[in-house]
Amino acid sequence: MNFFNAHVSETHIRLRDRLWLYIFSIIVLFLLIVPSLVVIPMSFSDSQYLEFPPKNWSLRWYENYFSSGKVGMGFNDWLGATWTSVKVAVLTIFVATPLGTMAAYGLINSSSKLRSVLFPVMISPMIIPVILVAIGLFYFYVKFRMVDSLLGLVLGHSLVAMPLVLIIVLAGLKNYDMNQEKVARSLGASRLRAFFEITLPQIKFSIVSACLISFLTSFDEVIISLFVAGGDNSTITRAMFLALRDQIDPTIAAISTILIIISSGLLLLVQLFGTKKE
Amino acid sequence: MSLSSEHINEASLRRLNRQERYKLFGLTLPYLVLVTALIIIPIGWLFYMSFIGRDGTLSLENYTRMLDSKAYMRIFITTFKISILTTLICAMLGYPLTYFMSQLPKKWAGLCMIGVLIPFWTSLLVRTYAWLVLLQKKGIVNTILVDLELISAPIKFVHNTSGTLIGMAHIMLPFLILPLYANMRTIDKDCVRAAASLGATPARAFWTVFFPLSIPGLLAGLLIVFVLCLGFYVTPAILGGGRVIMAAMKISSNIELYFSWGAASALGVVLLVSTLIILFLASKLVSMDQISGKS
Amino acid sequence: MTLNALNISIKDITKKYDDFHALKDINLEVTSGEFLTLLGPSGSGKTTLLMVLAGFTSPDYGSVKFGDEEVVLKPPHLRDIGMVFQNYALFPHMNVEQNVGYPQKLRGVSTQLLKDTVNEALATVKLDGLGHRNVDELSGGQKQRVALARAIVFKPKILLMDEPLSALDKKLREEMQIELRHLHDSLNMTTVYVTHDQKEALTMSDRIAVINHGSLMQLGTPNEIYNSPNNAFIADFIGESSLIPVSVKDNKAYLKKSEIFVNHSVEKNGDHLLVVRPEKLFISEEKEKNTNLFFGYVSESIFQGESQLLVLRLDPEVFGEQSLQMRIANGSDLKGKIPTVGDKISIGLRMSDSFIVEKSDVSQ
Repeated sequence: MNFFNAHVSETHIRLRDRLWLYIFSIIVLFLLIVPSLVVIPMSFSDSQYLEFPPKNWSLRWYENYFSSGKVGMGFNDWLGATWTSVKVAVLTIFVATPLGTMAAYGLINSSSKLRSVLFPVMISPMIIPVILVAIGLFYFYVKFRMVDSLLGLVLGHSLVAMPLVLIIVLAGLKNYDMNQEKVARSLGASRLRAFFEITLPQIKFSIVSACLISFLTSFDEVIISLFVAGGDNSTITRAMFLALRDQIDPTIAAISTILIIISSGLLLLVQLFGTKKE
Repeated sequence: MSLSSEHINEASLRRLNRQERYKLFGLTLPYLVLVTALIIIPIGWLFYMSFIGRDGTLSLENYTRMLDSKAYMRIFITTFKISILTTLICAMLGYPLTYFMSQLPKKWAGLCMIGVLIPFWTSLLVRTYAWLVLLQKKGIVNTILVDLELISAPIKFVHNTSGTLIGMAHIMLPFLILPLYANMRTIDKDCVRAAASLGATPARAFWTVFFPLSIPGLLAGLLIVFVLCLGFYVTPAILGGGRVIMAAMKISSNIELYFSWGAASALGVVLLVSTLIILFLASKLVSMDQISGKS
Repeated sequence: MTLNALNISIKDITKKYDDFHALKDINLEVTSGEFLTLLGPSGSGKTTLLMVLAGFTSPDYGSVKFGDEEVVLKPPHLRDIGMVFQNYALFPHMNVEQNVGYPQKLRGVSTQLLKDTVNEALATVKLDGLGHRNVDELSGGQKQRVALARAIVFKPKILLMDEPLSALDKKLREEMQIELRHLHDSLNMTTVYVTHDQKEALTMSDRIAVINHGSLMQLGTPNEIYNSPNNAFIADFIGESSLIPVSVKDNKAYLKKSEIFVNHSVEKNGDHLLVVRPEKLFISEEKEKNTNLFFGYVSESIFQGESQLLVLRLDPEVFGEQSLQMRIANGSDLKGKIPTVGDKISIGLRMSDSFIVEKSDVSQ
């Protein structure tokens, strides 16, 4: 039983003493990962009802998703909703990332007094429960007739994404040696030029992560979309939520599978980009 | 005539300094404008509206109605109950796993972390839906339990509290693991070894050395989970099946169904204030900890 | 290559951070073509002053002129200075050539001229042919030279250096000190150099400005600073010294009852300090003219390679607990005659090597 007598983690503790911990941890990890994966086989089930494991296999739910607009069960315009979500998410990148990055740069170069006042305000969208943000926005948009508008959605999603961008870029700037910008300026570069030619290339990783996070945050956002999007501008999340609440349409399984692939793919991309830098 | 207080270039330098400060502040301005316009002002407005009664005048009736109503009381209790229970479940499941990961060599820990991050970045709806599928009467959990003859009839796991708890715990777990892991990774292994060399058993060394050092991360995680649970909407709405009503759901229904902004905003104010109080207390706890705890 | 180097005029420069007075009315003239060192301990304000010269720190008031031009209101990128930082701050996303060529690129110089000047700069710092290397492939010393090349490629009239050698090991540092000085001489720039290492300052500078607590303590040649320090702080900070309390009355200094011969007049009466440099003490049997004599015994003898450091305990009745440090070069004529621990000893200090500073000159 040499395997169990092996010392683990550079301390005097041996594997044998900790076997229960290992088993427990692996079970919890399993419980974390596996449940989401159950939707994948579900999406290939032929049945209209949620049965698991599926008795017959078919691609009908994928067909239903991709042929939205034509005759289908329940909600028709899945593709349209997806397209809306993608549009909004991409636009969110272009709002949240520049605003968040500029704010991070301004913040890190300000006095600590100013910083301690501004920072809580800037992360308030994260602290305030999303439901309140959503109804606040709804009220505001009703007054300005922005409900069901693309702009309203993009601004709302950006609100929620910006604090994340701020935190990511702040962390990147903290690890960055500001002296390089100083040197560039001493050599003749204006502050703006020094930022773009020297600083920006070196916080590339943070900026890209921030863009990806903005996209994902917007794409997955449910509550604000529920209140603010509707009609022609319904997002995929809103459509899914309503479908889940009202009736159980297995098309959702197909969509879920696609979403899992997209988010896992993006996550791997971030990891790859990060390790390539090192 | 006293010496003029005007030193060389003093005024121009002061102006230069001011301009520089304004320029930097200007960078943060678009962000601040957006947050002020779309969060600060609307929330302020909600605050104000919670004090407007049905007849349009200033009154506390929204709040008094909440305190008198049994339905609202139940909602408060449910919200707190579920939040506390979810937090506890996350703590019990998450702490051992995080400890396990923190003691692994970087490569394996990174692999496990991917296992934590993938569900974290999977859509909320997808995860909630997955639990819906798994826990329903004909779902896999019930099917296995029946086949193994552990139960005679399928148990109702969804559309009630248990389903909600399971779903929420699953979603909140990464929020506990991430700050706790970051904290545990910084704990110096030499401390535990020192305890061992002084005669402590592994268990003793853990409880007297490692655990206290992990408390800041644990507290941070617990707080994040708790605060998120308080305001949570999606998962209880779907997995609770209308039987589990949490504060966020009531706020939403007040607006969607009844258009009673007064009631919704009053409840919202209570939710917001509770969240802020807890965060405030937490920040005090953390600074206490840093003063009294580690050197 | 001949350039018209510029002189620097610093007047009344003051900088306060809330309660902390970083610079107090600094007045300093740097001659054109001079190598001036700002010397002081950490927190003395020397780096702050350099940053004011560079334009990264704005003073509360004061004037900085390069030649005839007032630059204190100008942003850093318009001051046309070369600057080398402590940690080199090379751009990691560019190779050596691109780093060195960056200032020229900013100035819109033609491609050919850029290439020529870059090669010239690299040759000057003895890094010819390394243009294509990546920054992370270089050693510390090489990085230092690249930073230098980058700072001089556009032939600035003024060069500012912030402790550029402090990250190098001793041997390399001493080599680079001499090389930097030669570089300065050949390029005919005005150089302002910041360091806390007094030996470095003494080695490289035309003049040294000693700065402490935000004030200019003394400005002079290395010889002046070493041999005629203005106050106890400078005497203690520069070189080694033992400080012996003496009292002054009517322009004469007294150690208890006996008179101490000093090489300058002392106006103020009261408690002062006699500055004794270890290498100026010599073993003396008889009393020579214009020499101060001290008696005691050797309490410690430490071999330090090229010299022997003796710690002497002098007559306790006269000196109390005071000890003197004395340095004898190993391999001098005293071979075999170097005193050992316990030996009684009488040592002399010539009047020309004796000077006095005020006791309370360093206000906290």
